[in-house]
Amino acid sequence: MSKQVAEWQLLLYIAGQTPKSVKALSNIKKYAEEHLAGKYTIEIVDLLKNPQLAENDQILAVPTLVRKLPEPIRKIIGDLSNEEKVLVGLNIKSTVQSN
Amino acid sequence: MEKVKSSKSKFIFPKTPTGVEGLDEITEGGFPKGRPTLICGGAGCGKTLLSMQFLIKGITEFNENGVFMSFEEPTKDLTLNVKSLGFDLDKFKADKKLVIDHVRIERSEIDETGEYDLEGLFIRLGHAIDTVKAKRVVLDTLEALFSGLDNQAILRAELRRLFHWLKDKGVTAIITGERGESTLTRQGLEEYVSDCVILLDHRVIEQVSTRRLRIVKYRGTTHGTNEYPFLIDKDGISVLPITSLKLDHKVSTDIVSTGVPGLDDMFIGGGFFKGSNVLVSGTAGTAKTTVAAYFANEQCRKKQRVVYFAFEESPQQLLRNMRSIGLDLEPHIQKGLLQIHSSRPTLNGLELHLLTLRKIIKEYNPTTVIIDPISNLISVGSPHEVRSMLVRLIDMLKLNNITSMFTSLGKESYDSRPDLAEESVSSLVDTWVTVRDIEGIGERNRGIYIIKSRGMGHSNQVREFIIRNDGLHLLDVELGPNGILTGAARKTNELQRKVSQLKLQNEMDRKDREISRKRKVLEANIAALNNEFESVQEELSILKATEQLHSKLLSETKTGKPKKK
Repeated sequence: MSKQVAEWQLLLYIAGQTPKSVKALSNIKKYAEEHLAGKYTIEIVDLLKNPQLAENDQILAVPTLVRKLPEPIRKIIGDLSNEEKVLVGLNIKSTVQSN
Repeated sequence: MEKVKSSKSKFIFPKTPTGVEGLDEITEGGFPKGRPTLICGGAGCGKTLLSMQFLIKGITEFNENGVFMSFEEPTKDLTLNVKSLGFDLDKFKADKKLVIDHVRIERSEIDETGEYDLEGLFIRLGHAIDTVKAKRVVLDTLEALFSGLDNQAILRAELRRLFHWLKDKGVTAIITGERGESTLTRQGLEEYVSDCVILLDHRVIEQVSTRRLRIVKYRGTTHGTNEYPFLIDKDGISVLPITSLKLDHKVSTDIVSTGVPGLDDMFIGGGFFKGSNVLVSGTAGTAKTTVAAYFANEQCRKKQRVVYFAFEESPQQLLRNMRSIGLDLEPHIQKGLLQIHSSRPTLNGLELHLLTLRKIIKEYNPTTVIIDPISNLISVGSPHEVRSMLVRLIDMLKLNNITSMFTSLGKESYDSRPDLAEESVSSLVDTWVTVRDIEGIGERNRGIYIIKSRGMGHSNQVREFIIRNDGLHLLDVELGPNGILTGAARKTNELQRKVSQLKLQNEMDRKDREISRKRKVLEANIAALNNEFESVQEELSILKATEQLHSKLLSETKTGKPKKK
């Protein structure tokens, strides 16, 4: 992943290595590689280790994927198993099309 | 779950005191310790305030830290809202006694796909609890979750898990919920929280709103089952549990004068006890207000602070009317000894009236309070509410050792039974004075008498009084052949008495004269007799002397010769 600020900053909040979070992580990695190769970062926040971080992004449910950049902030909760919904939710699809 | 309550083993159900005035008395100690309590009610009925007060009191009074998780109001708003109650949440936060976490759910920001759980919420809450070692937790309207998240099945399962988790944590929690149409809460939260459910209500009856609180259920313990009115004032919520009043106020044996000339004499003590409450009842136009104003005037003259609540007249009107009978209250107001507060009883609900009274009494710290008339408050609420409010009021007055006088307008009735207003107050007051019309022979007179006076002997007579330009005067008792006379009958009787007195005097004088005449006659007789006696005596003594001379001469002739030998 590039060192300068990536165009797409994604945050994945999880609580321990539960099946749901593992699944979510693998899903988002797959989608990102597919559609945003080279211009994204994924940060993983384990709330079990850093519970104080939950407040910042108003996290209730886990796993939650947060799109920090580009603005505005978007959140997708769940194991991200529906690719279509994730791509629409993150606005990746429209971005791809407009490019 | 259900704990067996047995009196034998003296088991005490563990409870967490709420610190909310009156609520601990109803719940007999507070909310169930270490368990969630549901507070439900419609919009604006005080759910958030009650739960916030629970947290704040926990910090300030019971040394138990708290976590407030708000799903509705941002932290800033919450802080501002309770600032008006005199609590600085920022300070509590800085002191690590309180955590406020605003959980904001923006539906527009969130998409759902696939399986998830609310572990994030658990972690946040757990983290907050651990940070301050909280014992008390408030979740203000969990129902916001339902509008923010789509998957109801997950949500419900997670809520169930949340309440179990809270119990495991050992925190005493309050969950608030919006009232539903047929259920206690819109989302059926009462399914999950089944230990203690409290219902708040804000209803409007005849355009006047009253807040009420009821404990719907409380597992494992007894509790008050009624609906209790509560009020929200600058000290937060206080519930009015009239059934659990403590009657332990100090009493005084000092006497305060009634201010009405002559009325003092009707009490053996010479007035009312200080700190007692006095009811002046009577029908329309029997000078209740005048009696009250006299009392106020008297207290002001003795440099006592007086608050006069007028529910019928404006201050200006009251001053003018009293001036017409030579009672000038204006100087007392200028000196700051007298405050007159006028408002229509329908201006606000009963609790608000009570609140206003409390506030003014607290600020001004009077020794005497007059409420004129108390019966007008009946129009604001049902007799029960009025009664409970009056009990509260009287209790508050007594606690502060304030002498109070209430006037009460009674309805004209022939059987002289007390009507509603009097009935609800009469058992609460210490002294009850009635002013009434005495009607007969085509005129109406005013009479005053004492119905009761706790702890003090009093006159049983109905005293007539008149109101003239120079004030109120109690007249002396005028007894006629058929009892006490008033008005024209009194005048007639007075006249008759004068006439008969005059007659009596004449008779007496005549008798006196006759006696002296008789004496003179007698004395003359005595003198005549004396004269007669004297002349007889004289005659007799002459006779006696002649007799003696005669006998002397006679004995001399018998013994004359030997003398010559």
